[in-house]
Amino acid sequence: MPAHDVLIIGAGLAGQRAALAAAGEGATVAIMSKVHPVRSHSNAAAGGINAALNPDDSWESHAYDTVKGSDYLGDQDAIEIMCREAPDEVLQLEHWGVTFHRNDEGLLGTRAFGGASAARTYYVADITGQALLHVLYEQLMKFHEQIDRYEEWFVTSLLTDDAGNCTGALARNIRDGSIEVFNAKNTILASGGAGQCFKPTTNALICTGDGIAQAYRIGAPLMDMEMIQYHPTTLAGNGILITEGARGEGAHLYNAKGERFMEKYAPNKLELASRDVVSRAEQTEINEGRGFPDGTVALDITKVPRKRTLEALREIVNIGRDFAGVDITREPIHIKPGCHYIMGGVKTDVDGATPIPGLYAAGEVACVSVHGGNRLGANSLLDTLIFGKRSGVHAAHRARTMAMPNASHSRVDDERASIDAIIRRESGGRRISEIKDELGEMMNDKVAVFRDQAGLTEALDIVRRLKEEATGAAVDDRGTVFNQDVLGAIELGYMLDVAETIVMGALERKESRGAQFRLDFPKRNDEEWLKHINIARNGGDEPSISYSPVTMTQWEPQERTY
Amino acid sequence: MPEYTLKIRRYTPETGEAAYWEDFTVDLDGHRSVLDGILQAKDRFDGSIGIRCSCRAAICGSCGVRINGRPGLACHMHLEEAAKRAGDGKIIVEPMGNMPVLKDLIVDMDAVHWKKMRRVTPWLLPDGEPPEREYVVPKESMVDITQTMACIQCGACVSDCLSMEVDPEFIGPAALAKAYRFVGDPRDGQQFERLKDLSEDPHGIYDCTHCFNCIEACPKGVAPMSQIMRLRRISGGDHHIEDRNNGYRHEKAFVKNIEKNGILMEADLLPDSYGGKFHPRAVPELVGSLPVVLTALRRGKVTLKKALIPHKLEGQKSVKKIFDTVHDRDERYELNLYISGTDEEPEHGSERTDSGEDGAAAGTTTAQGSPSSSPPERSPNS
Repeated sequence: MPAHDVLIIGAGLAGQRAALAAAGEGATVAIMSKVHPVRSHSNAAAGGINAALNPDDSWESHAYDTVKGSDYLGDQDAIEIMCREAPDEVLQLEHWGVTFHRNDEGLLGTRAFGGASAARTYYVADITGQALLHVLYEQLMKFHEQIDRYEEWFVTSLLTDDAGNCTGALARNIRDGSIEVFNAKNTILASGGAGQCFKPTTNALICTGDGIAQAYRIGAPLMDMEMIQYHPTTLAGNGILITEGARGEGAHLYNAKGERFMEKYAPNKLELASRDVVSRAEQTEINEGRGFPDGTVALDITKVPRKRTLEALREIVNIGRDFAGVDITREPIHIKPGCHYIMGGVKTDVDGATPIPGLYAAGEVACVSVHGGNRLGANSLLDTLIFGKRSGVHAAHRARTMAMPNASHSRVDDERASIDAIIRRESGGRRISEIKDELGEMMNDKVAVFRDQAGLTEALDIVRRLKEEATGAAVDDRGTVFNQDVLGAIELGYMLDVAETIVMGALERKESRGAQFRLDFPKRNDEEWLKHINIARNGGDEPSISYSPVTMTQWEPQERTY
Repeated sequence: MPEYTLKIRRYTPETGEAAYWEDFTVDLDGHRSVLDGILQAKDRFDGSIGIRCSCRAAICGSCGVRINGRPGLACHMHLEEAAKRAGDGKIIVEPMGNMPVLKDLIVDMDAVHWKKMRRVTPWLLPDGEPPEREYVVPKESMVDITQTMACIQCGACVSDCLSMEVDPEFIGPAALAKAYRFVGDPRDGQQFERLKDLSEDPHGIYDCTHCFNCIEACPKGVAPMSQIMRLRRISGGDHHIEDRNNGYRHEKAFVKNIEKNGILMEADLLPDSYGGKFHPRAVPELVGSLPVVLTALRRGKVTLKKALIPHKLEGQKSVKKIFDTVHDRDERYELNLYISGTDEEPEHGSERTDSGEDGAAAGTTTAQGSPSSSPPERSPNS
């Protein structure tokens, strides 16, 4: 039975960074992922990574922008840590070999990004996430003796002992269907977000909220789940992302009447206001009939010099051509707000520790919270790395103080039995894909940019009905090798748990803040709602809601304008 | 909705039975991808169809397959386009080549692709301790290696590498492109060692036969073969690394031969590749090559007349001129997607507006593109 000081679940940026940090502290480390690490969704973070590295910039300015961007729901102690550590982290990445863009002097160069008061986004063309992910994987290969990699293993559940400590995980080897106990002194969840609860979404098919649901099922509280970011520039049909870097480089937004409508909504920052503001502006234009017939507005990248576009936005040139049939260097492209990121997640402290001893979380799966009600562009890569590193270090230190837990083997038999039960289900129920589609389309309809009580109440009923139906959804694949069908059934269960908490959070928060806009409560209400909403199972199966305070250090809430 | 028929190669390892074909008819817009088609078939008809996939946007590299016999990403090929190219209207989807099939469209990338990747020491090896801040390096060097960083490890190039088909030990296009990412990185301190290693290995950079398949296959414009040729140019041209396998000398001989004759003169090529007619190794090497020579003669690849009687290309002077132009340059021009090949078109209206009001071109971003003073162009592929 594999046993490690630190078991990391998920091998995107947060997971890989955690693995390198933990190994650096001398811990024995395993990193596990349901896909090969370089397939992780960190790839999709195109635009860059924020850091106040320039001598003219300051971490306080970065932190303030982040606090304001979060609509004051972010915890300021955590934000301070992230912004303070950002410059060193970018340098660390550079030293590992990331091919960051340089200026003419050969120093690290920046681009502008939304919601930021300085150009502090460091980047590699528009493949920053990919470049970072692949360079970290280079380091993972380099340290292969210290870090065991379990690639294409699917975690089915987290393990706990009688005292409530997390003691590792059960996982299925996707290649042969075998199930194994992974014993660990500490487990770090780094398995990303849950965008597949929505359809369309910019998120990859693998983003099914696995880690959020796994933690929730062993009693960990989830925080700020209602905060779902809609990205302002996604393709209408398939939700494919057009990077914010496009607007950072100077692209404009127009409605169907040719008006640069952001002048109305954010007279100072225009297209570079924070994402919630821009998405709401677009949706308002569309809802009030000033959009195009396909329910979109136009992003005009021809404002950017063509040469610059081809060098710095090459990937979206390809995306425009391949997925929309548009040459973005010649004509505007139609876009709309689309589900992109979940600010909420498993509640952690600034070292990534959850209230469950031995369980950590970092990256999109976690809620520290540094993004609060709205994440700034180019802060997510930073979040994954800083808190990935911090949880890796902290978990490695904690491992020194304890003995290896003993997992019970009976759990393997139980798990095998429950998977066999899925495989043996009678056909006749709804297909998994049908349930998933209904969930995604419903969430995108009722739990999107604008929300209200009636829609959310209906949404909660539908999610609960779908949960019922999902338990009987049949699978076709009876095999052991790459049985993606059975994994799909388990993922559907994860998604429905996560969706339920998203809707509950959105119903609970009776105000408008950040990404949550309630038509029935259109104002921010600091008196009553400047607090986090936590959802946990507390032992039973039924979720219950509690609150926790927002940590304030130096920035008092103000009215938010861009 | 138009209908498309996908003819999918199925293989179920548990049954012990051979692979077979199965047709699925899907209805989707023609501009949706072949992956969307496969996923619809999976969702509606048979959840057991195996394919790795994730991003749907050609960035994660999961869904490498062969479509109508050509390698690529399933998410990167429109159904309409694929149907047009299909022989009998059925879009043929099968697993990639050169790698063992695990199930349906899923191949064992660890056994081939990743193993080869690890062969090239795929991590940065800087000299000494890192600086306090960033390494100061030329802007264009980072843009240059970003072309190989754009590789998403999908394996499409590996799938159809002809050299690898003949020599499974060939390090191959993807891993060698990765090697260039370090050789071309001014922060790496092991350039010479890396090149020597890759030249000395009989399955290394001189094992590529220049067939262009990998360039055709790559969905991200990494152009692996171009990177291999660059490795050769740096290895031979800059470091004068003479490998034991005659790769370097063969290349030299080839270039010299063309410069002199304008057309290949086989009788000179072989001995020159082994260090000249009077080199002590020439005779045994020539004798060793006899079977190849005889086969070539028998198959009409060369004729005795062509091989032995000196001949020159008509207008050989023009060829010589090309050589002179290239020799006269101070620097080699290298083709790079992120730098060149797509120059400004001044007649187009929107270009001029690099004007001040464009507030977003903040900081240091207003790049003027090409690093070299003159427009880069295709480099001499020697």
